[in-house]
Parts: sequence; structure tokens; C-alpha cells
Amino acid sequence: MKKAKVEAKTKEIVKKHGRDKTSLIAILQDIQEEYNYLPKEALCAVGEQLEIPISRVYEVATFYNSFSLIPRGRYLVEVCAGTACHVQGAFNLMDRLQRDLEIKRGETTPDNMFTLEEVRCLGCCSLAPVVRIDGNIHPYLTQDGIPKILRNYKTGVTK
Amino acid sequence: MKKISTLDDLKSAGDKGMKSLFPRGVKIVVGMATSGIASGADKVYEALQSAIKKRKLPFTLTKTGSMGMDFIEPLVEVIEKDKPRVAYGKMTADKVPQLIGQIVKGAIDKIKPIYRVDEEDIIAKREKKHYLTGIVPEYLQDIPTMYEVPFYKKQVKIATRNCGIIDPESIEEYIARGGYLSLHKALTAMSAEGIIEDVIKSGLRGRGGGGFPTGTKWQSCRRAHGDIKYVICNGDEGDPGAYMDRSVMEGDPHSVIEGMIIGAYAVGAQEGYIYVRNEYPLAVANLTKAIADARSSCLLGKNILGTSFNFDIKISKGAGAFVCGESTALMASLEGKAGEPRAKYIHTVEHGLWDRPTNLNNVETWANVPVIISRGGKWFSEIGVPHSTGTKVFSLVGKINNIGLVEVPMGIPLKDIVYDIGGGIPGGKKFKAVQTGGPSGGCIPATMMNLSVDFDALWEAGSMMGSGGMIVMDEKTCMVDLARYFIEFLVSESCGKCTPCREGVRRMNDILHDICAGKGKVGDVEMLEAMAIGIKDGSLCALGGSAPNPVLSTIKYFRAEYDAHIKQKRCPAAVCRALIKYEISAKKCTGCTVCAKKCPSACISGVKKKAHKIDQTKCIKCGICMESCKFNAITVK
Repeated sequence: MKKAKVEAKTKEIVKKHGRDKTSLIAILQDIQEEYNYLPKEALCAVGEQLEIPISRVYEVATFYNSFSLIPRGRYLVEVCAGTACHVQGAFNLMDRLQRDLEIKRGETTPDNMFTLEEVRCLGCCSLAPVVRIDGNIHPYLTQDGIPKILRNYKTGVTK
Repeated sequence: MKKISTLDDLKSAGDKGMKSLFPRGVKIVVGMATSGIASGADKVYEALQSAIKKRKLPFTLTKTGSMGMDFIEPLVEVIEKDKPRVAYGKMTADKVPQLIGQIVKGAIDKIKPIYRVDEEDIIAKREKKHYLTGIVPEYLQDIPTMYEVPFYKKQVKIATRNCGIIDPESIEEYIARGGYLSLHKALTAMSAEGIIEDVIKSGLRGRGGGGFPTGTKWQSCRRAHGDIKYVICNGDEGDPGAYMDRSVMEGDPHSVIEGMIIGAYAVGAQEGYIYVRNEYPLAVANLTKAIADARSSCLLGKNILGTSFNFDIKISKGAGAFVCGESTALMASLEGKAGEPRAKYIHTVEHGLWDRPTNLNNVETWANVPVIISRGGKWFSEIGVPHSTGTKVFSLVGKINNIGLVEVPMGIPLKDIVYDIGGGIPGGKKFKAVQTGGPSGGCIPATMMNLSVDFDALWEAGSMMGSGGMIVMDEKTCMVDLARYFIEFLVSESCGKCTPCREGVRRMNDILHDICAGKGKVGDVEMLEAMAIGIKDGSLCALGGSAPNPVLSTIKYFRAEYDAHIKQKRCPAAVCRALIKYEISAKKCTGCTVCAKKCPSACISGVKKKAHKIDQTKCIKCGICMESCKFNAITVK
């Protein structure tokens, strides 16, 4: 990624938020929306623009679960770890996904297609266990149902 | 949008809303909350849209939030002039042509309704709205009314009064059901002190977890010194297994906004914030639209309803941190910092957001406010039990037949929720316990089924009300694993600021992991209990202080399960992987080979049409063999 380009984009985003220090989280959210993760260059640029130390930007970026400092794959696979999903065996879904994608929780597949993460309750407890992929919620998922869903994403049939 | 500054303006907006709630022809409403969409409501909506277009029918099609009946979603309701409102559950796009056919014919064929509604209460207006005029059409006479359906029978809807009825994007429909009338009453006919007095009289306690009296909080904030004050809506519903606030924000965003404006007027605030979880995109979208509409109708901004009162609301999105549900952490997050709590001997009502007096309440608390103002504190205080008044919304989930959102009067016996409303446990399994209060709460065993569900009784039982998650567990849920689950959750969600929570909870997690892995030692339970006392006393915030609750309550009521894990190296519920074994019954196995094909570790062997066997040394205990066996030949112990 070109450093100058990232800096220019970051500047634009910071400006949109009125260079307001208290909007740091919203600024980081917008940057992540743009790049799918928080590039180091952007974090440095945010610090400069808002005139706050990079250590504080880093503190906030690492405190919140939804921020990622490493690039994510095209599809974010989030296994719900809410209580309702847990008692319905969501941990088996996580294991199956780890085996099928051949990555560990928090990692991205070598082809940059999938990033596997755990999420703290999506609030769809009535459909437990659920997995959210690229924003789509897959309800009542079974271990057996996983290969087909992954295949659909790989081939572009996402619904 | 037309400016609303007088009671007449409100009435004319309400009339418009009435027309769209009850149009002359046929109206079809699809429940499109997040859970509805995930069950396929969007496809049903599209199918309805194209069927109506194709047949050139004069039908109106709209969206609504969730009625709470999640176990039969997608839910579609049909409203026809002078007839009862009729609900159809488990709709699919395939069934749409049939449904349309039935409506056109005025008959019931293959698609049976779940319930009908002849009339309903508009609670904020003290009115009844009749759908039905005259007698019930013959084809609907056998269909139960909504209030006869066991799921609804014992429910009283105050906070969720409009969810699943109005279009959340329509301010007029909200007004038609009594919305913003309370605001008008508050701003034109009540003093700030009068409002606070009424809220105190209502006995309303915070619905977010702690149960602090709302009116008292408002009073302290009003009395606090400072020209600039804030009100905040805590929509950071972080408890896993709880989603009632999502439902209210998605299905009835104006109720929260109206509550906040009234609260702001009462405490003297000029600015408000709604802090919503990042995981709830639809709630953010609907709230954003509602705020914009309220603003362009002059219900937010300068000179609200033609008075001198100014107030506006901003939305702030969380970034995924459980601890931000704690009020001081939430305020730190709003200031753009890491969400770390601070000691609370300095009250947030005096020194809150940016060190200014701040009144924070939870979504459900705010949603109750307009009804209290409209019907009076005394009316509200008569619902429920003396120290826990009003209703509480619960998300009834887990191993229960009727999964969904339920709003019940406080003080209802737990068994009424589980059996009457929830319809009992699926698959003939034995009911074991209910977990309430999320990671800060505890488990209530089946033996305490007569417990009154209110703030104090739950607290005495070792649990707490929390935000309202109610997770039902059957004999196949391991209580030690559940305690480990919550503690593991808290380890990764601890903000790390204070040592008892950061290190203590981590050590408890290690011990629980050992117990679940079959490495538990005699004395571990006592160690857990001793550590719990230290963590409870020494933690900075309420989340740390309540962190040991899931462990303590499971030890209190399910000590035998801990002992089975530690002494006999056995998991009675057959959940903890290190302690269980999958086996194939030679008698029941037909040798269909399905399990052998599905086994990810290729540990099942056997000849076709002959009994198969599991190689225990290679088994990873994923349970897929048992899931896929059609002959119930595989057991786990």
C-alpha cells in the first residue's frame, strides 16, 4: 500500500470528523471500513492530524475487539460465542471452521479469502448457533452445513 | 417533514399514521428485525412484493420490527378493514402465492394462521384499537386470539409496546400510537421536578443490570451543579444471550428518543448520546433515521414543540468491548478513549462525560419513560411487585421451545416463563437451570422454579436481573463448562485496569479449564470460592465485582457436577471433551457408513451393513457422527 495514498485518505477522514480528538474511535472505524484493517501508516497519520501521541492511538486501536491491525480476508467469518450459541454447541462450529479453512481463530487463509474470528453475541440468540459471514447471518448452522456455505462464498454465490 | 409544534400538529401527524397503520384495503406487514431477516424475511418480503405487482393487487406492503415470537419467524401479518389482524408464522417465499390466494379468496386453505388480533391496547394512549367490527368472519373463528396463545397470555407490553406493530421508519405511526404525546405533556404541562416526582413514584429501576432507581438518579443529576449536562442511552447490550435492547432500537427507536428528550428536560441536559453496539447495524440505521425525522419535525433541536427547550442527540458506535456497558467505561469510550472504568465514589450524575453531570440509562429504561409520563407513576407502580415495579423484557433462549422476547410483569414465577410462555424444554429433555444476568449473573436451578422474577429475589438467589438474558439449560448442559465459558469470556473482556479482575479471573479460568480437562484436584472448588471473595471485594467496577457470580452460583447449586469432574473424571452432561467418549451401539448400528464418511479424523471403521466402531485414540470428539446418525446408534457418555 502506498504510504502517501493512505496518508491522504486518512487526512480526508480526519477532516470529515472535524479533526476532533474525541472522534478517534469513529475515525478508526472509518479507516477500517476503507481498508478492512488499520494500516500502520494510517494510525501514524491519525496521531499527527489529531495531535495526539501515537501511543494513545495504538491504545485505542488495540483495546477494542472490532479493530484489526493486520489485513483481513475478503470475507470475515464470525462465529457467535454468545451463551445461547455456546449451549447449542457453537464451539464445534469454530473447530470445524478451523479444520476446513486450515487456519486458527484470528487468522486469514493464504488466498486472502477468509478471516476467522469469534464475536461476542450477535443478538440472534433465537437462531443459535449462528455464524456471520460477510455480514450475512447463517442460522441454525450445523458442522455438516459448513462446507457448502464456504464453497458458495468461494464461488460467489453468497446467499 | 412537517414541523410539529402544537398538539394539533401532533394529532394530524397521528391521523396520518393511523391511515398507514390501518389502510382501507389490504395491508401486509413483514417482521424485518435482524432475526427475522436472518430467518429469511427479506426473501418473503421480495416474494410478496413481486406477487402483488404481478397480480396488480391494491395491497400495501410494509416492514415492522419483531413481535418477539422468534421461534416462528419469518412472521407475516395481514390487516384488512373491519377484520381481525391475522398472523402467519414460518413463512417462506414459496408459500407467498398461496397466502396471496387465501387473502384474495377470504378463506384459509393450506397456510394456517398462528393467531388473530380482534382489538389491542394502545398503552401510551389508554385506548383500545379495534381491528374487528361486527363478528369474527367464519373462516377465522377457530383461530385463537393473540391473548389466548400461551406465549402471549401472561405478557404485558410496555417497553416493547410498538415492536412488531409499527414501521420503525415511520414517525407518524409512532405518533399514532401515542408517541410524543407524553413529550408534549411533559414540556407544556409538567415541571421538571414534577416529572422526576412521577418517575420516582413509578418505582422504575434501571433495566440495564444494576436496578438503581431511575427517578432518584434523575433527581441527583438535576441537583448537580453545572450549566452543561448530558443524558446518555446505553445501547451497548454486551451480555451474551441478551437482545431485547436491539429489538427496541430496531423496532421502536422513537420510544427511546422520546424517553431521552423527557429525561433531558427533567435533568436539564442539552445534549444526548446513544451508544450502540457495533454488532447491531440495523439498530444504528433505524435510530439514525428516527433522529433525523425527529429533528426535521422539530421534536429534536431548537425550541422543541414550540417551547424554549433545546436538545439534540448524537449516535456513537461502539467498537466491540463488553466493559463499555459499564457506565464510566462507556463515557470514556464516548470521549474517544479506551473504555476503562473508573472508581464510582465520584458519581457520574455529578462528574460524568467530560467531567460534567451526566444521566445514563439503558435502552429499555428510556423506552418505559413515555408510558410512565402518559399513564402516571402510580399506574406503573401498580404493575409488578412492590420493590420491582413495571415489566421486564427477557430474551428467552437456549434449550426452550418458544424462543423469543417476552415482556412480563415483575414478580412472575420463573416457572410461568419457562413452561407457560416458553412451552418447556424441547426433545423431552429434563429442565436443569436458567441463567440470568449474563456474565455477572448466575444460574437458578430447576428446584427453584417458583422463584419470583424480580430484582431482589434474583439477587438473593445468587443471580441478578442483569439486562434480561434468560438462557434455559437442559440436562445436556454442563454447569462446570458453563462457568468456564463465562469466566473465559470475562478473561478476554477484562479491560485490565485493576489487578483482582485481570489476574484473579485469569487464575479462576485456569482452574476451571483444568477441571473441564480432567485435571482438577480436590480443593479446587474451595480455591475458586476463596478467590471469588477477593475478586468481589477488590475489583474496581461492577463487572469485575460480579465476575465470580457464574462460578459461585454453579458451585452453590451444582456442586455434585464439580465433584464428578474432579473426583470421578466424569462429565455428567457429556460436554467436556476430555472426559467423554462417543460409542456406537453394535445392536442399533445398521452399517449405513454415513458416520464413517463424515468423520473428520477418519476414526470410524467397519464393513458396510455391519456394525461400525470408533477408534478412541483418534477421535477428536466433534460429535458429527452422532449428529448424522439416523438410527440413534451413537451415544456419548
